[in-house]
Amino acid sequence: MRRALLLALAWALAAPAGAAPRIEHWRTAAGAAAYFIAAPQIPMLDVQVLLDAGSGRDGELPGLARLSAGLLADGAGDWDAAAVARRFEDVGAQYGTEVHPDRAAVTLRALTEPAAWREQALDAFVRVLSAPSFPEAELERRRAQMQTALRKLDEDPGAVAQREFHAAAYPGHPYGAPAGGTAASLAAIARADVAAFHRRHFAAGGAVIALVGAVDRAAAERIAERLAAALPAGPAPPALPAPPPIPAARTIRIPHPSTQAHVLIGQQGVARGAPDHFPLYLGNYSLGGGGFSSRLMRDLRGERGLAYSVYSYFFPLRHPGPFRLGFQTRGGQLEEALAAARAQLDRFVADGPTAEELEHARRGMVLGFPLRIASNASMIGYLAMIGYYGLPLDYLDTWTARIEAIGRERIAAAFRRALDPARRITVIVGGQDGR
Amino acid sequence: MPDAARLLPALLAGGLLAAPAAAADVSETVLGNGLRVLVLPDDRAPVVVSQIWYGVGSAQETPGATGLSHLLEHMMFRGTARHPGESFSRIIDANGGRDNAYTSRDYTAYYQTLSRDRLEVALELEADRLRDLTLDPEDFRKELEVVREERRLRTEDQPEAYAYEQLQAAAFQNHAYGQPLIGWMEDLEQATAAQLRAWRERWYAPGNARLVVVGDARPEEVFALARKHFGDIPARPTPPAPRRPEPAQRGARRVDLRIPAQTEYLLMGFKTPALNRLPEAQRWEAYALSMLASVLDGGNAARLPARLVRGGRVAAAAGAYYPLYGADDGLLMLEGVPAEGRGAGELEAALLAEVRALQEAPAGEAELQRARAQVIAQAVYARDSLRHRSHMIGMLETVGLGWEAERELADRYRAVTAAQVQEVARRYLVDGQRTTVAVHPLPAAGR
Repeated sequence: MRRALLLALAWALAAPAGAAPRIEHWRTAAGAAAYFIAAPQIPMLDVQVLLDAGSGRDGELPGLARLSAGLLADGAGDWDAAAVARRFEDVGAQYGTEVHPDRAAVTLRALTEPAAWREQALDAFVRVLSAPSFPEAELERRRAQMQTALRKLDEDPGAVAQREFHAAAYPGHPYGAPAGGTAASLAAIARADVAAFHRRHFAAGGAVIALVGAVDRAAAERIAERLAAALPAGPAPPALPAPPPIPAARTIRIPHPSTQAHVLIGQQGVARGAPDHFPLYLGNYSLGGGGFSSRLMRDLRGERGLAYSVYSYFFPLRHPGPFRLGFQTRGGQLEEALAAARAQLDRFVADGPTAEELEHARRGMVLGFPLRIASNASMIGYLAMIGYYGLPLDYLDTWTARIEAIGRERIAAAFRRALDPARRITVIVGGQDGR
Repeated sequence: MPDAARLLPALLAGGLLAAPAAAADVSETVLGNGLRVLVLPDDRAPVVVSQIWYGVGSAQETPGATGLSHLLEHMMFRGTARHPGESFSRIIDANGGRDNAYTSRDYTAYYQTLSRDRLEVALELEADRLRDLTLDPEDFRKELEVVREERRLRTEDQPEAYAYEQLQAAAFQNHAYGQPLIGWMEDLEQATAAQLRAWRERWYAPGNARLVVVGDARPEEVFALARKHFGDIPARPTPPAPRRPEPAQRGARRVDLRIPAQTEYLLMGFKTPALNRLPEAQRWEAYALSMLASVLDGGNAARLPARLVRGGRVAAAAGAYYPLYGADDGLLMLEGVPAEGRGAGELEAALLAEVRALQEAPAGEAELQRARAQVIAQAVYARDSLRHRSHMIGMLETVGLGWEAERELADRYRAVTAAQVQEVARRYLVDGQRTTVAVHPLPAAGR
């Protein structure tokens, strides 16, 4: 042990070279903000259009955001779903959508050479954004698919746990609604609802465009202008209300035929960009975010052999997103695992990390920073986040310095503020036959 | 605006878009003890991925002792004399790295991603645990429980994964591909540390290993570090496991599972040759099968999404997969979940109708061009991921195809004709070579 640590320490002073990539930012004529990192070495382009069209915007119709995002490419202008797909796939382009509680993204990965392939991919992307036709027949099909997906969700004890957890952690608030809908809400969605959702939530005023790839600034500006102009005109929708506090700690047990009990313990956590976010993120490494270095892994997996996967994470959103501690274990071991996880969490919330744990986490994060920005895929992820949440452009330049500046006390205080045990939700799904 | 479709034939004929510009080559050396070292420089970011690949997976295991390779993978993180307990991962973490491992049918791979200046830390640690592994009995007992939980998480409580396991077991009566990677639960329950020690002794030798480094590193530096840390590990012969040839399948097989589930699910596999086992003159078959899978499921424009999901509305989801780079002959698989109000029987009929369509008429040139475009594009996108690049090198080398096989893919796809796709459909996607697993949901108790 000592020799290897010495090996490691011998290089401790040599901090990794390599500056963070340069982020360029401007506002398009249509109002959407644009963010760009030039990456000339590989002839490819990644584009993300971030929209305030997440599942938190479902309103009275859970599932609407996800259905609308799916339906987007099922018809554009006079192209049907097959024609749209061919336009992308004939040039090897990859189109996709993502729906999260507080945002949605429409994404494209395309080659930049030959130029004709790039142009075809971008043309198709612009058409999908500007002229989605939301065909009735495809709506019916997607409705039926989402009904099937709802049933499939019930097969998966982990997915059931997540659904129940979010409903309990965000009672009556959009972050707690089921993103996949309910049987009733899916049956009720009409084409007019999808069209209205698109007009309101895909509006340029609430959109952010992120680009990473082998194009120059002038080309990036042209692309961003086209994309912003493609979106419906209009302002960002009014902000969602802040979630009400969880009234009281609860434990919810849900029967399921699974051999394992799936457990989620948590509550509302922290918002993206909040002052406590970095301290909580850094501290959580020692609790359950740092893989095999974390207390939860070392205890529940390493020492006790109770679980294959055990973790804790904060999921920051525009409002405080969830903190989730999770693990799975066969039913007969549930009580021991639950007690161990709760003890680790309580101790950590009370005392925070030890000085040694904090030093290990800090060094690891600082030395590991180059890994975070080593690919176009990871860079566009950061760019999308910086853009959508309005984080400073020097976010990546100051990241390691911010991590290094956080002390033990600040972490401990942040955890006490964030994770009051009186507001904790525990969800246990399955494993009830006690084997 | 130029019509890209008109450019495609010229492009795909190999004119304008040849292999990615300035693609670096892999440099190789072999140490005295047989360890092969492969390095692919890529200095786009000051990061390296270091991997070590062992030529052992579930395919080398025998009935009654399945799951040993994967179990050994877990125990490799449980310490050596010099770095006891779970030091390995802690040291990688402390150096800002990430590490993990994965076991497959044909190999076991361990990897670390680190800043370029930390590469030696990873090599020292990997050499140490190749040289010596503690295999403490108490740690073994705990890790066995962890693996059993993993099996519950990934297979026992997942109807589709369970169906996949059953498909392999039914399709392969003798070949070790019929055995689950993670092992049967019954075999895990009787696994011992002594068995694992013998397994390690047999398979983890420098001559049965490959070190692959991709990223901001120079080959000569890596070779020198490899010699420094691995050079003194003694050579040991690794006699191959006897291959258990699969007897010819002489009729369709079927498994009807009744397990907790919420939807029906259908999975079928046809016996197909692996590229690795075909003589050069016949290798076109494997590429034709790969293209066939792309014609069926290469994207949203492909036949299964277009005809089964959107067109006939018989599938909520449907897919096809052919393992081009398996070490040994495998299965071309078709799967699907019936659409609301439709049944697994209808879905099965629709999937088989697609097989017949491939047999009765040649695929359209546009479909083949689309498949070729995907391969060309994916070769470029792959350059964005050091992990992907190192995986492909290690995997292709370990199964015996050689890392160059990946570079050939675009040219090989260009050479596949519609007639060849039709030919392999007729030859291999026949009823007598088919195994089908159907999941019939059991009504859940206690709901």
